[in-house]
Amino acid sequence: MYRGHVLCCGGTGCTSSGSEAIINEMEAQLKANGLENEIKVIKTGCFGLCALGPIMVVYPEGAFYSRVKVEDVKEIVEEHLLKGRIVTRLLYQETVEDDGIKSLNEVDFYKKQHRVALRNCGVIDPENIDEYIEADGYKALGKVLTEMTREEVIDEVTKSGLRGRGGGGFPTGLKWKFAYNAKGDKKFVACNADEGDPGAFMDRSILEGDPHSVIEAMAIAAYAVGADQGYIYIRAEYPIAVKRLEIAIGQARAYGLLGKNIFGTDFSFDLELRLGAGAFVCGEETALMTSIEGKRGEPRPRPPFPANQGLWAKPTLLNNVETYANITQIINNGAEWFSSIGTEKSKGTKVFALGGKINNTGLVEIPMGTTLREIIEEIGGGIPDGKKFKAAQTGGPSGGCIPAALMDTPIDYDSLIQIGSMMGSGGLIVMDEDNCMVDIAKFFLEFTVDESCGKCAPCRIGTKRLLEILTKITDGKGTMEDIDRLEELAYTIKNSSLCGLGQTAPNPVLSTLRYFRDEYIAHVKDKTCPAGVCKALSRYVINREKCKGCSLCSRQCPVGAISGKIKEPFVIDSDKCIKCGACMEACKFGAIYKK
Amino acid sequence: MKSLADLEAIRQRAATDVNIRREHDGTRIVVGMATCGIAAGARPVMTAFVEEIGKRNLSDVSVVQTGCIGMCRLEPIVEVMRPGEEKVTYVKMTPEKARRVVSEHIVNGNIVAEYTIGNA
Repeated sequence: MYRGHVLCCGGTGCTSSGSEAIINEMEAQLKANGLENEIKVIKTGCFGLCALGPIMVVYPEGAFYSRVKVEDVKEIVEEHLLKGRIVTRLLYQETVEDDGIKSLNEVDFYKKQHRVALRNCGVIDPENIDEYIEADGYKALGKVLTEMTREEVIDEVTKSGLRGRGGGGFPTGLKWKFAYNAKGDKKFVACNADEGDPGAFMDRSILEGDPHSVIEAMAIAAYAVGADQGYIYIRAEYPIAVKRLEIAIGQARAYGLLGKNIFGTDFSFDLELRLGAGAFVCGEETALMTSIEGKRGEPRPRPPFPANQGLWAKPTLLNNVETYANITQIINNGAEWFSSIGTEKSKGTKVFALGGKINNTGLVEIPMGTTLREIIEEIGGGIPDGKKFKAAQTGGPSGGCIPAALMDTPIDYDSLIQIGSMMGSGGLIVMDEDNCMVDIAKFFLEFTVDESCGKCAPCRIGTKRLLEILTKITDGKGTMEDIDRLEELAYTIKNSSLCGLGQTAPNPVLSTLRYFRDEYIAHVKDKTCPAGVCKALSRYVINREKCKGCSLCSRQCPVGAISGKIKEPFVIDSDKCIKCGACMEACKFGAIYKK
Repeated sequence: MKSLADLEAIRQRAATDVNIRREHDGTRIVVGMATCGIAAGARPVMTAFVEEIGKRNLSDVSVVQTGCIGMCRLEPIVEVMRPGEEKVTYVKMTPEKARRVVSEHIVNGNIVAEYTIGNA
């Protein structure tokens, strides 16, 4: 028995800000103070508040230490753990009250969240199956195998209203039914953990923080559709998630929760991992399955759909990580409970990875129907440096942007499609007035051009041409005809590409054109970039009034573009200037500005 | 694992350990761990509480520390707070006394009057 638990975040975010060293120091300090048998250190998954990492929570007090440094550990051990005095200075200040500390659930960041898929992340030790079992883990699998028929399981999932969390939003129950109905001597279940959208890390966090929830759900799915073998396709770029999955699969096998005759029934199921080599297209279902088979990851036309002909041409059920993470909760709490959360057509919750120009970057799980304003202003803590919100990008390179005017749109599958964006897998990138929307569209196009597999012409050639036109516009050489051509080409690519990658690649262009056409026009007609991002269109100028003629800027300029006489205003030669900004940084009088 | 009962057994075994992280209204044992308390031997007292609670699988009891209560001559001081009952303060505690408090007071609800501050 331990009298205290120290939970340290071992997710990718906190690990990259040094949590590993903190955990080691904590263990060393506990030993030095003879506390190693009283206090237990647990490495958890992501708490969600990545902006405040590395995070450490001490129980039974529930003290939430944020941005912990290795030097702080000694003080936490000697003061808090040895003498029982919480180190208020190091606490997340939002939790500090006059007469003590308040529970995390009352903090703005967590207050509006509803954690279903993330319920165990940051709460249990992901490398200890007992802690998962204690949190009612594998209870749903036991219930399904001993009390429910396969049809009842599918019925429950259908009734819950759960839709695919990978982005498409296809009803999960229906997908299971297709795989159940498919004829075949062998069936497979698979999990898409090839999370490729820039800025998205929901699936990684679930696998790092609660790997068993996905394993258990896959076993339930296998029982329902009649499969006995599963594959998790995960990116090799997620080493922590891969390691925890391997540990979890090993522990589940040791307990007989994977393998032959699970819970003493006829049902047998086992799982294997397949590591992706980093191609974005492998997140597309047919390409993913081709890759699992050991071939080059390229998509193929549908039909036949995977439910009928998937892995090795056998019926295959493929769901996303977050979709699976909801399954055990639906079985344990009932379809009615699940469908009571969310909106009419989008049930349950959605996890978003908040990134970009926002104070609380991190992971949030909200009920469907929450507005973008609530996510950004209340949970996300607003935009840093008092800047103005301009737009949010959902769905990564396949999605679109939501402008400030539509901030009160409820976040659900259908509302987002209606305003020209999409739910996507859950990346949510916030942009402020300093972001140029043409540049954003160009960024995503660069990504899709890189990641297009090249199998079909519209995607391979079309996205390249789109990018060329965008580059022309940001270089200040665009014409009004270019904007029309951009739009026409975008629709052609959408309508004629083979798979989801090409079909959605033009979305960032189309949605920025829809809401920020004026910015495109400013680039083309006025040859200016309103946000001052596009280098070719911006100009550095010296304010004659403020310039003291100290010559510092001219000495900093790497290309000798600044000239003048000492004690008289200097001038920048725009033809020579390479817009590096070194002069502006050097000026002590704020005399240089960008226009 | 061959049955739901096996699963439940594992769940209960793990519960004693994990419970500490839940918000619960169970019994709190507060040990004075300021310099005076530690000097008087509060650490072995606290360890005895922790061990005894672990041995008896009491999942709804937490052991926490506090600073100086102000009566240094009576250290080690331990306060026991059971939900719905008045706080009981034990003084001049030892590991043996701690074990007796667990079995009589925490488990069976009978205050060990001879160790309380009223009898000091």
